[in-house]
Amino acid sequence: MRRLPRKDVVIVGLGWTGAIMGYELCQAGLQVVALERGPWRDTASDFNIGTAPDELRYAIRNELFVRPSQDTVTARNTPDQTALPIRRWGSFLPGNGVGGSGVHWNGHTWRFLPSDLNIRSHYKERYGEGIFPENHMIQDWGIGYDELEPYYDKFEYLCGIAGQAGNIKGQIQPGGNPFEGWRQRGYPTPPLKMQLNQDLFTKATTELGMHPFPLPAANMSQAYTNPLGVTQAPCTYCGFCERFGCANYSKSSPQTTILPVLMRHPGFEARTECEVMRVLMSPDGKTATGVTYIDAQGQEWEQPADLVILAAYQLWNVRLLLYSGIGKPYDVSTGEGVVGKNYAYQANSSVNGFFDDKLFNSWAGAGALGMTCDDYQGDAFDHTGLNFVGGANINGTTFHARPISARPVPPGTPRWGSAWKKATRDNYNTSTNVGSQGSVMSYRDCYLDLDPTYKDRLGRPLLRMTFDFKPNEERMSAYVTEKMVPIMRAMGAKHIVASPKKGPWSVVPYQTTHNTGGAIMGDNPRTSAVNKFQQTWDVPNVFVLGASAFPQNAGYNPTGTVGALAYYAADAIKGQYLKNPGQPLVQA
Amino acid sequence: MRAPLLAALAAAALLATAPARAAPDNFDQVERGRYLVTLGDCVACHMSTSGNHQGSQGFVGGRPIETPFGNIVTPNITPDRATGIGTWSADSFYRAMHEGIRPNGARLYPAFPYNYFTRMPREDTDAIFAYLNTLEPVSNAVDRNSLPFPLNIRASMLAWNALFFEPGEFRPDPNRSAEWNRGAYLVEGPGHCGACHTPKNLAGADRDSRRFAGGPLQGWFATNLTGDERTGLGAWSADEIVEYLQKGRNARSAASGPMAEVVEYSTSAMTEPDLRAIAAYLKAPPTAAPVAPARTALAADNPQMRTGEAIYVDRCGACHTRSGEGVARMFPRLAGSQVVQQEGSETLLRVVLQGVRAAYSPHAPTSPAMPAFGWRLNDDETAAVTTYIRNAWGNAAPPVSAADAARMRDTLRDRP
Repeated sequence: MRRLPRKDVVIVGLGWTGAIMGYELCQAGLQVVALERGPWRDTASDFNIGTAPDELRYAIRNELFVRPSQDTVTARNTPDQTALPIRRWGSFLPGNGVGGSGVHWNGHTWRFLPSDLNIRSHYKERYGEGIFPENHMIQDWGIGYDELEPYYDKFEYLCGIAGQAGNIKGQIQPGGNPFEGWRQRGYPTPPLKMQLNQDLFTKATTELGMHPFPLPAANMSQAYTNPLGVTQAPCTYCGFCERFGCANYSKSSPQTTILPVLMRHPGFEARTECEVMRVLMSPDGKTATGVTYIDAQGQEWEQPADLVILAAYQLWNVRLLLYSGIGKPYDVSTGEGVVGKNYAYQANSSVNGFFDDKLFNSWAGAGALGMTCDDYQGDAFDHTGLNFVGGANINGTTFHARPISARPVPPGTPRWGSAWKKATRDNYNTSTNVGSQGSVMSYRDCYLDLDPTYKDRLGRPLLRMTFDFKPNEERMSAYVTEKMVPIMRAMGAKHIVASPKKGPWSVVPYQTTHNTGGAIMGDNPRTSAVNKFQQTWDVPNVFVLGASAFPQNAGYNPTGTVGALAYYAADAIKGQYLKNPGQPLVQA
Repeated sequence: MRAPLLAALAAAALLATAPARAAPDNFDQVERGRYLVTLGDCVACHMSTSGNHQGSQGFVGGRPIETPFGNIVTPNITPDRATGIGTWSADSFYRAMHEGIRPNGARLYPAFPYNYFTRMPREDTDAIFAYLNTLEPVSNAVDRNSLPFPLNIRASMLAWNALFFEPGEFRPDPNRSAEWNRGAYLVEGPGHCGACHTPKNLAGADRDSRRFAGGPLQGWFATNLTGDERTGLGAWSADEIVEYLQKGRNARSAASGPMAEVVEYSTSAMTEPDLRAIAAYLKAPPTAAPVAPARTALAADNPQMRTGEAIYVDRCGACHTRSGEGVARMFPRLAGSQVVQQEGSETLLRVVLQGVRAAYSPHAPTSPAMPAFGWRLNDDETAAVTTYIRNAWGNAAPPVSAADAARMRDTLRDRP
């Protein structure tokens, strides 16, 4: 192994959090190197308008994701089962390459509710201990909404989020989300242009006494220049966001918001196709000294650094901690240990409606084009007597009608042949959907650890996922989905199919890429892996960014909170850590 | 400080009639030189072949400069004694800049634009020389003899100079404003704009009758800078010229190709008063502009126009919009665009076939890029869509043929 010259900072992964942290620390005058195991990706060369909307290549053959032969996980529902490797991605799609999942996301950009962040104490105070489900591990985040607000704002203005504020400094705004936490100012850009689905959804939910508002979107409603001076162009509503890179500079991603500036920063260097093996530790195990990685030629290198930032996808962050011996691994039999605990996911549901007399033109969409209601989100509604914790947002979205996968046919239609073709023709443009994005709580037997059997191509154990949807989530999803049916009825559907979330969790059908937890934040080193600044309790010069820090998952897409937490950590490093390097920012 | 510079200063002190005193701190002179090097965009030609242009690497030479007569490889102008200009004096540097003659008497080729640099006064060339002498000397021997016979005989430039070269420093026009005169000096002197934007005769000299009319250049078409409304800068305001030079883009256009380098290395680092001066001069040239040929647009039912429109709607309209308006400062406006209506279609063909990245400037860092379409459009389709763009929305320019597209494809194959 060859040793390279020391850097101030090594960042593992060049997606959203790596790019944010890289830029902030370069601005602070540090020498930063980012190691990305996937390829370089850039708009005009890699998302050429002539090839970017290729459904077979990107959505079926998964070009932008990690190849399972390169890396995968094993999965099972309960600790008494034997986990098997995922050999073809299904339930979720881990990104790969520069930009990470920030390349292929849809662009829903949310703030969590204030009561999502202090969920344990909030529910306890409002409903008593009895509301929490069996075997739960629900924890407060160790950070309050007021602390995080400026960093939500910073991420939204980096991206140029299109939306309508609902609460500016405590003043409820017409047309916005009345349940959201306060924000210091409105969104940087106005909402996207809505489609027929959203018009009907708005009318129906208003009539039902709900509070519809535009879904906050990282798809540009107009050209926008962010505080770094980087410009994005208006969205063309092509409908190829999720699973695709944007060819039009219209979807916020590291490529379209930070990298044009960061890549030219004299303090910054990115090395692609470099897979980090582990974090190197000092002999006493109290300080990280750098990382080792293997480049595309198979050569192993040591990159010494004073500060190590894990900014990989949630699953891989947790695995690197386990490989490196940072933090005590979670032990399901005792409930002790912190690394790997509180894995959570997302409990989504849908209601499909088939219409006689409407043409939805679903082909023209955008990743986050939609109207939403938060009336059954988090603790925005009274849970007394409901027997579950959590909630979901309810969305009327139009984000794609891709030719291969969008085949909305009513149940009972044959799976192939002329009847199926006719049903496709009849329903493709006359059906639509209302969806919910639900929270998932944390449980003692839902966790991540290293698989005892299966190894990756480099000989390292695969990460093992143990997860299932619990009765709490099934009750929540059933309740919210029941609220969605009358909406679809009021929108005028003739035939309605409701699909609430039910266990067992299967790795096969796509559900969501919102995996969370495993290196969770909190205020106590016995129950969390990182403090509220995402600094590991045990090794103060290692920070772990991303959704791995979520103690449980809220009923929202995670990226807004991931971005805010990255900015929060960057500010703490710049303002506090660098004045006294190597010291914990929170005393245990 | 470098030894030769010390020697030059010592000589100056000895010759001075005033009582002997310490050599002056030349900070101001070096800073002036640094800025003049920016004005002259020296690194665009003299930077290393790796594209590194930081510090001395911007001046080590070795880049081949394409001319119609063959490639001319640029010299090392760091103060290295063996391979650079370390043994030169300020006098010999002035002579090279002013007359195109090296210290050993050899003639320089006018690919080095001494026909422009001759306008620079001695104090400016001295300042550049002082700045170059602050650079770390880098040893980089460059093979300078790449031209075919008889052009490889440098004495052949004697005849060229006799015919086309008139040495002489810039003389301000007392009837014009100080700003205009500053602009004239920048454009005609260090900025050497005409080196690309004025068409050349068969001997490679500027055709004075076609001043700033634009012409083919290294597989691109350098745009017309006259006041012509359609192909020149007639429709551009001074503010738009300033924004373009400072940011590499404005609401109409985006710099790309060789001009992107000019913006990145030179104009984006100019002071705003200097950019305003350039705009003032370009908007009020001293001599009447050559008249561009009148054009009428091809009829909309011309078969190439119909095919081109169909391709445009499918392939181009998402970014450049159906009406050709584009997106200001991101995707250039094609309706009324100066670039697409040039006499030669080289730039438009090249951008469509190969794609291109817009200029980077610290004032506008996005540097968006146009993807390549050469892999999906054949020569007929390329010709049709470029013809359409040149003749839609009120545009008017000569049609493009499939042979033009094929020729550009060959050019790009030879010179990616």
